[in-house]
Amino acid sequence: MNPALIKPPLFLAGLLPLAYYAWGAQTDTLGANPIEAVTRGLGDWALNFLLITLAVTPLRRYSGWTWLGRLRRMLGLFVFFYATLHLTTYLWFDQFFDWPAIAGDILKRPFITVGMVGFALLVPLAATSNAFAIRRLGGRRWQELHRSVYAIGLLAVLHYSWMVKADVSRPLLYALVLGVLLGLRAWWRVQERTRQLAATFPGKPQRRTIPIVVRK
Amino acid sequence: MLIRRPDDIAPSDITPRPLFERRREFLRLSAGAALAAVLPTTHAALGPGRPSAYSTSEALTPLKHVAGYNNFTEFGFDKDDPARAAQALRLRPWTVTIDGLVRQPKTLDIEDILKLAPLEERIYRLRCVEGWSMVIPWLGFPVSTLLKQVEPLGSAKYVEFITAAQADTMPTLRSRVLDWPYTEGLRLDEAMHPLTIMALGLYGDVLPNQNGAPMRLVVPWKYGFKSGKSIVRIRFTDNEPHTTWMKTSPDEYGFYSNVNPEVDHRRWSQANERRIGDFFKRKTLMFNGYADQVGQLYSGMDLRKYF
Repeated sequence: MNPALIKPPLFLAGLLPLAYYAWGAQTDTLGANPIEAVTRGLGDWALNFLLITLAVTPLRRYSGWTWLGRLRRMLGLFVFFYATLHLTTYLWFDQFFDWPAIAGDILKRPFITVGMVGFALLVPLAATSNAFAIRRLGGRRWQELHRSVYAIGLLAVLHYSWMVKADVSRPLLYALVLGVLLGLRAWWRVQERTRQLAATFPGKPQRRTIPIVVRK
Repeated sequence: MLIRRPDDIAPSDITPRPLFERRREFLRLSAGAALAAVLPTTHAALGPGRPSAYSTSEALTPLKHVAGYNNFTEFGFDKDDPARAAQALRLRPWTVTIDGLVRQPKTLDIEDILKLAPLEERIYRLRCVEGWSMVIPWLGFPVSTLLKQVEPLGSAKYVEFITAAQADTMPTLRSRVLDWPYTEGLRLDEAMHPLTIMALGLYGDVLPNQNGAPMRLVVPWKYGFKSGKSIVRIRFTDNEPHTTWMKTSPDEYGFYSNVNPEVDHRRWSQANERRIGDFFKRKTLMFNGYADQVGQLYSGMDLRKYF
């Protein structure tokens, strides 16, 4: 599969949620509280794209479709795109750019604190999502930086679950999917470690473990 | 968004509720010729109701939002769930039992309750704990009218309101999210306050199911969740009722739950609200703007402690 063929339709598909809310706002079909519907909907889609982005590596690994990896940057940028719009609706429609009130909210409301920290961590990832930044940082450091997406995932799910009133079934579903996606990575790490420890090197005596004796 | 108040025309004239929604009830009742006489009282529009000095002159929230954006958790947790799911609510027979610390407990049929007193139109602000608000033209009478049907004992200090729990019609009853049946409570003087009403209708007609048919409490100076829907039992007690939301999250929902812009919800601010239909938020008023009428009920009380 050629990523150049799949990228344009994927880009357009990524804009569909925005089109849905723009159309809904225009035709007044978002219910009695359209501003809340837009704010929450954009937040949902930031989180959806985050989980889709995190699913790329496992999918690539288990399907063998290496071209999937070439779509990851665009998907990741859609996370940033929807998170930025989500934040903007809050700053604009909820607070009307009342900066002291916003600062108070960030300090006093844990679900907003967590959301803001998550967004702040997204900014450097979006800023370094280009070939120049990778070259500048070096692949290893770039990768280390971009691992913060795992923390962003946890913060985003926490942000969601602290916002709901009583029924946490939907945040729990997101937590479950995130748990699987992060759990897989942890599992691969354990496997890789075991493999490395078990590895034998040619020309060296085979000694797998060093016994540690604890004296009492 | 600009909402104009219609002049000189009863809201029910503009928005008649389709008889279609009541087709099953209609068939059931028309089956017995003897029951035909009941039809006018149950199915004709209830309104317009006597005008009340307690009504606000603010712009009304359109019926489609009043009946389309609801918290009625027995029928789902999304705002548009109740409008769909509550159509299954079984409305007849419906009785309301008044018991507890009373000399003679009573069970009243909803048809008799409808005839207890002439209905008034009370146009009240409704402020939800979630930070949105509406203006709703209720039809009802003071709760005190209903409570006077029994003789409360001197020891009665509180009134508990217990709402319907129909396992076969309410989809979320199976989940353990809240402790069903949904119960609420008021101090006796709050319940007897002239602003506190039992609503039997809105917009000149019977209550839509999703708004708490056939009878619900309306306490306009408290957050909306205090106004229990589809009430089946009223109990006089001598100690503070332990309400559903208090059991669910005691540090977020207090017994009083008076609208108060200075006392935040534990997770969000209560200083502002979005009036449904408005673009920007407005300031929330102390006791939802009813401070002159109810402020004295709480004189000397620390409203942060008794939130």
